[in-house]
Amino acid sequence: MFESLSEKLEGIFKKLKGRGVLNEESVNAALREIRMALLEADVNFKVVKDFIEDVRGRAVGKEVLESITPGQQVVKIVHDRLVELMGSTSAAIKFGPRIPAPIMLVGLQGCGKTTTAAKLARLISADKRVYLVSADVYRPAAMEQLAVLGRQVKAGVFEAGSCKDPVKICVDAVEQARREGYEVILIDTAGRLHIDEELMDELRRIREKVNPAEILYVADAMTGQDAVNVGAKFNELIGIDGVIMTKMDGDARGGAALSLRSVVGKPIKFVGVGEKIDALEVFHPERMAGRILGMGDILSLVEKAQATIDEKTAKQMQESLRKSDFTLEDFRKQLGQIKKMGPLKDMIGMIPGMGKIKALKDMEPDDGELVKIAAMIDSMTKKERNNYLIIDGRRRKRIALGSGTTVQDVNRMLKNYIELRKMMKKINSKGGMKALMRNFPF
Amino acid sequence: MGLFDKLKAGLTKTRDALTKNLDQLVFGKRELNPALYDELEDLMISADMGPQFTFDLIEDVKQRVKRKELSDASQIKKVLQERMIAILRKMETPLFINKNEAFVIMAVGVNGSGKTTTIGKLAHMLRRDGHEVLLVAADTFRAAAIEQLEVWGTRVCAPVIKQKMNADPAAVVFDAVGKIKAGFNGVVIVDTAGRLHTRTNLMEELKKVKRVIGKELPGAPHEILLVLDATTGQNAVIQAKMFQEEIGATGIVLTKLDGTSKGGVVVRIAGELGLPVRFIGVGEGLEDLRPFDSGDFTAALLD
Repeated sequence: MFESLSEKLEGIFKKLKGRGVLNEESVNAALREIRMALLEADVNFKVVKDFIEDVRGRAVGKEVLESITPGQQVVKIVHDRLVELMGSTSAAIKFGPRIPAPIMLVGLQGCGKTTTAAKLARLISADKRVYLVSADVYRPAAMEQLAVLGRQVKAGVFEAGSCKDPVKICVDAVEQARREGYEVILIDTAGRLHIDEELMDELRRIREKVNPAEILYVADAMTGQDAVNVGAKFNELIGIDGVIMTKMDGDARGGAALSLRSVVGKPIKFVGVGEKIDALEVFHPERMAGRILGMGDILSLVEKAQATIDEKTAKQMQESLRKSDFTLEDFRKQLGQIKKMGPLKDMIGMIPGMGKIKALKDMEPDDGELVKIAAMIDSMTKKERNNYLIIDGRRRKRIALGSGTTVQDVNRMLKNYIELRKMMKKINSKGGMKALMRNFPF
Repeated sequence: MGLFDKLKAGLTKTRDALTKNLDQLVFGKRELNPALYDELEDLMISADMGPQFTFDLIEDVKQRVKRKELSDASQIKKVLQERMIAILRKMETPLFINKNEAFVIMAVGVNGSGKTTTIGKLAHMLRRDGHEVLLVAADTFRAAAIEQLEVWGTRVCAPVIKQKMNADPAAVVFDAVGKIKAGFNGVVIVDTAGRLHTRTNLMEELKKVKRVIGKELPGAPHEILLVLDATTGQNAVIQAKMFQEEIGATGIVLTKLDGTSKGGVVVRIAGELGLPVRFIGVGEGLEDLRPFDSGDFTAALLD
């Protein structure tokens, strides 16, 4: 039940790969599973239907039957179709010629509009001056929330004072932003439990007065079958230019993204991937599709690594690798770098094939373990760190005591370190990388 | 408007989606053919009842046809209703709170499920029934969450225990428990930070809050309410399971039931986890929190 879509599809394709030829029967069996998985992932049932028919049409045919690896072929068809459904390119925000460029965020209650507004402000403020305004005069403390978040991302925030008219607040805010020379103004609007005339009317009036460069629909990735209805309604009544999917860091499979894109026809521009204010990423359909299919999100991982690992440390690391004296000190530094990249679990999800390794799921990569290892290394003397061979039983006892761990912990850590060291040496030897890669399951 | 009407009004959309189409099936007096099964399947899946549950039910219908118990499409609705009631009955356990006895309720759930609002409505309901209520702002993470709870506190005339933003939630709760030890004997409702159930460290923080309450006050928290957004799809089941296993949730509040045409995932949660639904949120008003009644619910759902 709790298997991810990727794992499920991988399981199916493993069955497919095992056969020599793909006949209609086996394709149908796979498609039945895919259909279940997609429905379980909350992809809209109509979208699923089209998807299945489409893939069936492509899969059961000469193209597949005559190819050498039919299983691979089906994987590719499913993958390509998923990418197609979610939009074949990623789409940036169009600010237009006006300054300030108004961007309006709309969506249901609790989908994460206010948080997203702040995250978006942070993202945009990399090269533009951003102003924030909350038009939510209903939810208690909604304006305070935006004000606090605004300060965190160092964006200007409009003070509405005692004004209770959302339209007037927006108009005034745009004027204020113009006066103060802001280039973009993000308008956070009120949410409702559902689409009602009153809210739509209010949003329409704001839209008419402000004439936004873009209206972005904020959607919760956990939403069920209803996602398309609500999205379509917003598009019909207000007109949206793009979608931001929030709460993608949960384990909801985000079928809503798939359905929204294919039914509403608007691009998904960003995804919210965490609670922190910098956890908003540009949406990449390719990556998303790859992730759904268990091919991993290696691009995101590489980007993340590039952004967080500072070059100097990386160079030093390379240097010591070349000299092939990967000391405990280096090990410690590397751990520090890994920690900077964020929770281990997030990263493992990005590594291709990791979804396959079931065992990994049970031994939930524990960030606390990293802290423990760091503590153990910190409890060593410099001499020990540079030459692990001198660490005997007495020293191990002392290290365990100093770091609040047990001797077993120290033993295990040292064993892992020695393994890692061996691996590093292999990488350094000529052609070592290739040899090493062969040992990986992916 | 009576309770039943209100609930019905709130669930109109669900009922519409489900029964309009069902009625079409029914009044058409169609034979039970494969196409009909497909339509039924789509109907239930679009109500978020989940593929497995849906397929099981349809299998059930098929079996009955085989046994010649069913020959007419008009009986499908009866079968559907029977199955749903059978499952939902198990979830119908109202929350009982003694007067003049300290009772601690912890509200937990993912971000944006409607925890703070639900707490406000619950506080209002309890105050109306003559309970003393104390609100505890243990969501120290989300910006202005404390202020939001304070607004509710003022609305329903309940004091709010709070500290600064980013304070340790356990410390806030500790203060609240102090009030009970000093003689407060009403209902204490703890608002916690919304967290995705996949964030292990945040779930640990929640466990700590619970531990602190339990350590200071044996037997407490007496109720851990999982606030679930009814617009959530099948992930709601996973959420409920995680919060049940990790935090020990003892009941569910299903919010935003008027906000969507669906809500069918409750049936699946009922079947799989057996967690009672204590309340449902059927509107945005102060009065729009209702005890869960499976009869009303199914009636309003299928009419």
